[in-house]
Amino acid sequence: MSDHAATAKTGGGALFTPFNIIAGVIVLIGLGLTVMRFTGGLAAVTNLTDYNPWGIWIAFDLLCGVALAAGGYTTSAACYIFGLKRYHGAVRPAILTAFLGYSLVVFALHYDVGRPWRLPFPIFLQQGTTSILFEVGLCVFIYLTVLFVEFLPVALEWQGWPRLRNLLVKLTMALTILGVILSTMHQSSLGALFLIAPSKLHPLWYSAYLPLFFFVSSIFAGLSMVIFEGSLSHRWLHHKMDQGHLDASVQVVLGFAKAASLVMFGYLILKVFGLAMDNRWHYLLTGYGVWFLVEILGFVALPCYLYALGAREKNLTLIRRTSVLAVLGIVVNRFNICLVAFNWQLSAADRYFPSLGEIGVSVFVVTVGLIAFKFITTRMPVFHEHPDYPDHH
Amino acid sequence: MTAFNTMQELATYCKSWTYVLMGLSLVCTVGFWFFLHGRDESKDPFRNVKTRHK
Repeated sequence: MSDHAATAKTGGGALFTPFNIIAGVIVLIGLGLTVMRFTGGLAAVTNLTDYNPWGIWIAFDLLCGVALAAGGYTTSAACYIFGLKRYHGAVRPAILTAFLGYSLVVFALHYDVGRPWRLPFPIFLQQGTTSILFEVGLCVFIYLTVLFVEFLPVALEWQGWPRLRNLLVKLTMALTILGVILSTMHQSSLGALFLIAPSKLHPLWYSAYLPLFFFVSSIFAGLSMVIFEGSLSHRWLHHKMDQGHLDASVQVVLGFAKAASLVMFGYLILKVFGLAMDNRWHYLLTGYGVWFLVEILGFVALPCYLYALGAREKNLTLIRRTSVLAVLGIVVNRFNICLVAFNWQLSAADRYFPSLGEIGVSVFVVTVGLIAFKFITTRMPVFHEHPDYPDHH
Repeated sequence: MTAFNTMQELATYCKSWTYVLMGLSLVCTVGFWFFLHGRDESKDPFRNVKTRHK
């Protein structure tokens, strides 16, 4: 039995590591905030008001979470639909990241909505078919199920259920196609949510093409997240990777950097078209215009160039560092649309700033994701092949 | 800032500039494509596409 298989059942390792201690403290604080939120209501832990009903739980946990979880559909589409089998090694980590990302989106949503026990209502009882939010909810609900089924073979290999595992593996192509369709729909619809508020969103960020911007940016967000997550995993979970995974990772980094660079270039062009179509050029000379240029030049054009340079020079370190900038860029973009440029005409006193409780819950949610990622990758065959299923993933 | 008297004028102005930018972006895209693939092993950047359709 291989070393990976030998430690697979328990995960191995000491209990009181720096990661476990810090994560444990954050989880304890998060649980305290959870009690406050569900006993005292939203006002007990948030700065949300009727003017600003969407805070960082939507901007960060939901909008950034969904965008950064796009690595699942981009990687599986590249591998299974476009036939780029050299990226096979990245599929399982990407699917896991996407599955955890979407799970945490739904988890965080329970904190944000007033009556979380009614979350299933739009799906099963009262379909608001004229609402974009309904479409987002339905897509996320179905896509989370698809991701669960896509990831299930890994858990079944771990637990030794070959028959069900083999049956689910046969569904891979169908699930991938379904995943791409659902992602295309809800990634763009998240942008479409803001079409209803042309007077509230700053003209530099408001555009009839917001759905397109959200969808295109989700592609390079997903690709960047796969590179970013891969570099973190290489640093902290290197011992869980087999030689095949390590060999393939170079191809993944170079190929994904090239793809992300191309998509970012396209996104940059689309953003310029957006400005031109709405004749928004004069806003660029204002304070918001400077911040808009920082977002576009610093967090899109710069990583686009650095990715291209890294792929051209085969510089893996540069690409991995650039992925941090690109991921940050997505966070900046979603924050700008949901918070910074939203309600921009309100006076400073009426503007929203997150409370410590809101930030604490967001950190708690990310920490839960990291713990789940570590728990799964140290036990299940994500970064290595299970000895009973060679060359099957 | 340019003054517009009708929606027709505004739409014509915006679309005209967008078409100009589209032409420029096409040229830039070709340049960017060659920059991105300039150091690939094959000199032909479309090698993979051609191979797949043979």
